[in-house]
Amino acid sequence: MPALLDIRNLSVTFETAQGPFRAVDQVDFSVDTGERLAIVGESGSGKSVAMLAVMGLLPKTATVTADVMAFNGHDLRQLDARSRRKIIGRDMSMIFQEPIASLNPCFTVGFQIGEALKTHLGLDRAARRKRSIELLEAVGIPEPAQRLSAFPHQLSGGMSQRVMIAMAISCQPKLLIADEPTTALDVTIQAQILELLINLQKDTGMALVLITHDMGVVAETAERVVVQYAGQQVERQSIRGLFEAPHHPYTAALLAALPERAGRGRLPQIPGVVPGLGDQPDGCLFNPRCGYADDRCRRVVPPRTGPELGEALCHYPINGEEAA
Amino acid sequence: MTAVIEATDLARHYLVSRGPFSKPAELKALAQASFAVGEGETLAIVGESGCGKSTLARLVTMIEPPTAGHLTIDGIDVLTASGSARKKLRRAVQIVFQDPVGSLNPRQKIGKALEEPLVINTDMSAAERREKAEKMLAQVGLRPEHYGRYPHMFSGGQRQRIAVARALMLEPKIIVLDEPVSALDVSIQAQILNLLYDLQQEFRLTYLFISHDLSVVKHVADGVMVMYLGRAVEKGSVDAIFSNPRHPYTRALLSATPIADPTLARDRIQLEGELPSPIDPPPGCAFHPRCPYANQRCREEVPEVLADGETLVACHGVAEGRI
Repeated sequence: MPALLDIRNLSVTFETAQGPFRAVDQVDFSVDTGERLAIVGESGSGKSVAMLAVMGLLPKTATVTADVMAFNGHDLRQLDARSRRKIIGRDMSMIFQEPIASLNPCFTVGFQIGEALKTHLGLDRAARRKRSIELLEAVGIPEPAQRLSAFPHQLSGGMSQRVMIAMAISCQPKLLIADEPTTALDVTIQAQILELLINLQKDTGMALVLITHDMGVVAETAERVVVQYAGQQVERQSIRGLFEAPHHPYTAALLAALPERAGRGRLPQIPGVVPGLGDQPDGCLFNPRCGYADDRCRRVVPPRTGPELGEALCHYPINGEEAA
Repeated sequence: MTAVIEATDLARHYLVSRGPFSKPAELKALAQASFAVGEGETLAIVGESGCGKSTLARLVTMIEPPTAGHLTIDGIDVLTASGSARKKLRRAVQIVFQDPVGSLNPRQKIGKALEEPLVINTDMSAAERREKAEKMLAQVGLRPEHYGRYPHMFSGGQRQRIAVARALMLEPKIIVLDEPVSALDVSIQAQILNLLYDLQQEFRLTYLFISHDLSVVKHVADGVMVMYLGRAVEKGSVDAIFSNPRHPYTRALLSATPIADPTLARDRIQLEGELPSPIDPPPGCAFHPRCPYANQRCREEVPEVLADGETLVACHGVAEGRI
């Protein structure tokens, strides 16, 4: 059976005033029904852009190329806007980092949830209201019937994110993409929202793609992890494998730089910054910051290693002996 | 040990207008905060939005006077000090903000931004100022040629280095760090935390480290004060707070913090509900609507801060031995 979402060799290039910039560089994803995948990376790693490309939400300055881009049997590259709209928001939906900015301040919560129900499912007024109340109840909003007539400014950040989740799951999607869903929220509220997302995922059997920069969130939610760096997927592993034996030096350095994994005093830091437009190095993109880099890394683009080495994009993957 | 900062029952209230026909409401942003920080130590202030941690930063940096209570910095009582003494004291306390983009003037060159505190507070010559600014740039890991550049030419981590450099220009004793790394990526966060660590070792700086990220706090702090809705709920050494938290809120906060270890089976304490509004805080213990142990007394009586084992805790349940 083919995967629910199958992406091969996806690249996204933006036309900028300083020339083309490749934000996403040859990434592959495959997500099965009922799976929880995390995409982790720092800012500028292209983790959001890749998913926006799948959703078809990128601006016109972006050029998207892929060998395969299939969702649930549809070829997303061939779809026209009209048929794409039938899938987006129904079978595949997305929630974003800033819940308050994602809601329209001029309309009530009930109206905004009802929009998707009307467009995709053709429900009438009474059925929409009934379903909206069910949805708000499902995402844990107290007094759901009263909340339907609330405006977004009357809700807290956590409540707004719950409303966004209610909207995203309103048509029982097969795939939910959550782009940094808890980054703007307080710690105790973050715990509530993550718990809610996992419970919904388990109950409905949908696939969940979680985009985040927080290794702690990854460890507690995902089953499989993709680590992105400067637009490339540098490592793809199961969650346990990644935290026990990271194979790419970037993953290892990122984990070592977490304050909770280090003792007191100085942290093992990664020198330098993520390369941006115009200062992309030759060979391996991580070589200027990598402790293991040699001449080959500075000249030759590294190959993709096998699954036993976390499919690391590296000449000299580490922790090899544990896999063998 | 002599305390560099000593606060007793510090409070700050704000009047919040609620429209033309109703009386302004009194928002108690901070109430009865007492703590002491010794030289070269780091006290972390931990809490979620609205807990008063940034208000505390504004009081310690003397941006605002407290509504009540006493604040002694470096042996001088801030409230009764003369104008000139207070001006001198202001040099000893500096602040670094969360957002390095918002805290640097986009039309001012980095060198000028670094020199500005010297222009206002010292009578150094232009050449001396420049020399000092360039030395400070090297100190925080930037290069002297960065002197003539504008903030937009730097990355987020570099801007935070500039903000740290600016805070250090007057050779302060105390630096208030208001969420200094929460806007930064993990790899950059480690660089800035190391920089702060090195500077503290070199200059024996005292840090008031405000953060909501407990994993960072555990790494940097000597003492921790956990706050909830304007009040300190628990206070103690970093080891005591992390190994044996007493207050139910501290426990919930610790258990809600994600840990980067998938093998760890966790018994998570789920807190019900949201943070209440500080304009209309619940009566009694402010935490009682979300607390699983709350009883009638918690709903009516504000708990006092009492010593319990190694930490100071404001909780009826702990005082009664229920928790």
